[in-house]
Amino acid sequence: MKRFYGTELPNPLMLGTAQYPSPAILEQAFRESGAGVATVSLRREGAGGTGQAFWQMIQDLSVLILPNTAGCHTVNEAITTAHMAREVFDTKWIKLELIGHTDSLQPDVFQLVEAARILTEDGFQVFPYTTEDLIVAERLLDAGCEVLMPWGAPIGSGRGLNNEYALRAMRAEFPDVPLVVDAGIGLPSHAAHAMELGYDAVLLNTAVARAGDPVAMARAMMSAIEAGKLAHDADPIEARDMAEASTPVIGKAFLA
Amino acid sequence: MTIWSVIGAGVAGLAVATELAARGAEVQVFDPSGPPGPHGCSWWAGGMLAPWCEFENAEEPVVRLGQEAIGWWADKTQLQRSGTLVVASRRDLPDLRRFARRTEGFREVGAEIAELEPDLHGFTQGLYFEAEAHLNPRKALLDLYNGLLDKGVTFHKKMAPSQLKNAIDCRGLHAREVLHDLRGVKGEMLVIRCPDVSLTRPVRLLHPRMPLYIVPRGDGVYMLGATMIESEDSSRITARSMLELLSAAYALNPAFGEAEVLEIGVDLRPAFPDNLPRIRRLGHTIYANGLYRHGYLLAPALARGVADLALNNTHSEMVDEDRA
Repeated sequence: MKRFYGTELPNPLMLGTAQYPSPAILEQAFRESGAGVATVSLRREGAGGTGQAFWQMIQDLSVLILPNTAGCHTVNEAITTAHMAREVFDTKWIKLELIGHTDSLQPDVFQLVEAARILTEDGFQVFPYTTEDLIVAERLLDAGCEVLMPWGAPIGSGRGLNNEYALRAMRAEFPDVPLVVDAGIGLPSHAAHAMELGYDAVLLNTAVARAGDPVAMARAMMSAIEAGKLAHDADPIEARDMAEASTPVIGKAFLA
Repeated sequence: MTIWSVIGAGVAGLAVATELAARGAEVQVFDPSGPPGPHGCSWWAGGMLAPWCEFENAEEPVVRLGQEAIGWWADKTQLQRSGTLVVASRRDLPDLRRFARRTEGFREVGAEIAELEPDLHGFTQGLYFEAEAHLNPRKALLDLYNGLLDKGVTFHKKMAPSQLKNAIDCRGLHAREVLHDLRGVKGEMLVIRCPDVSLTRPVRLLHPRMPLYIVPRGDGVYMLGATMIESEDSSRITARSMLELLSAAYALNPAFGEAEVLEIGVDLRPAFPDNLPRIRRLGHTIYANGLYRHGYLLAPALARGVADLALNNTHSEMVDEDRA
């Protein structure tokens, strides 16, 4: 498995920590799925270190923590949030999210590239939430990012991979860069799909947190991610237009 | 005869004292802040007795135990038994389907929305939870308080150490120095006045991030709540929260744009990790805490559990630790 800024992930599931019915259920979802990375939003959970009880709980999960800048709309906001995250969680990792459009929560890629450059120069290890645009991806790598996180579909929409062609192209274009499908996953089949395309990890939150049984759904996601990864590594067959019998027909004994 | 000292005059403490007194026990209540008021988070509650709606995001005990609440409150304060109406904007209809799948005790309403609440505009689908009720939390607190005074229960601002012997600690988040797994969940609410709009029952507007509701308090006054943020800063409302709350009211009826903002409430709900209440007996003290966003809904069941433990030594399901 590829390394993320020198760190090997325990497994390819990055799980968000927002919107669970209770912290107890959140904890159980992590424990039973075995998710290796927890993403945490600092912006919503209070500035000035006031979300401490909740943050302590996240730290007690003993998983890698990837703080994010969810809800930030400008470079300055994102940078302030990133600095706060570094202080609270003692990590250089930051998932950089810069929202450009209110309804689709589409990333503002222009501000994203600028913020990524500033944060990288400041010593952060940036995980940018981006679109599937290849040129933006190149600019992010130029800015110093060593990981890319293209969206599957808009945040919370649960639509799966909206643009499989572009995600395939991105995988082909950047074979050595760790790629994570971030956002839009609704079902385990979507997560498996991302892994089958050769993505290195999947980041999701709403699909688990807002499911009727978040713990069961977290386990389902992990199973699907494992299945998708196994399948990708097993070199799947190519799809074809006509049937190809799995047993040879020529030379069979003529029984009629 | 044992004298029980209830510490804390919020909804938990007053309900516990009321239940103990009703069962013939001798009770006194301590609260350094005096009678119920804005210093306690119970003051800022919505006052909805909506156990069936809560099933959307709460665990089974909340729904089951919450059903005691309507009967318990009925002879103690004024209840409005007009049900709850749940609606969603057109773009959030998938959330309404999800809400319907996760809850029970409702009927689907379409054109009937206009009959139930003529001042709701543009909503074509909703869920009506007819058996639910709501109360005015401030009046309910004062009704419990006055009911206790009538029964001869005394209220004190200070307590002597000797009075701690049979104590029932209902201090909410202040009990954190003992209950280490207690945390605060920030809630923000507004009280607005808008005589131009007439709603007769609590209306919930489905929203991807928070349970938004508006509760009529009469005379054109409405309570608008409530955010749920994993933060323990109770000092101020954020602009974002205020925008979201007011947008919800505006979405229900644009005439709310003309409303006056009477009050802004911000406080912390005491909660355990599973967001369910707990009763613990540690030495001479019984702790009753963690009502979270279900203060008025679960205080009756909590009070019953405390009285069962204190007077009969029986353990209700809320008792999770007993080291007397």
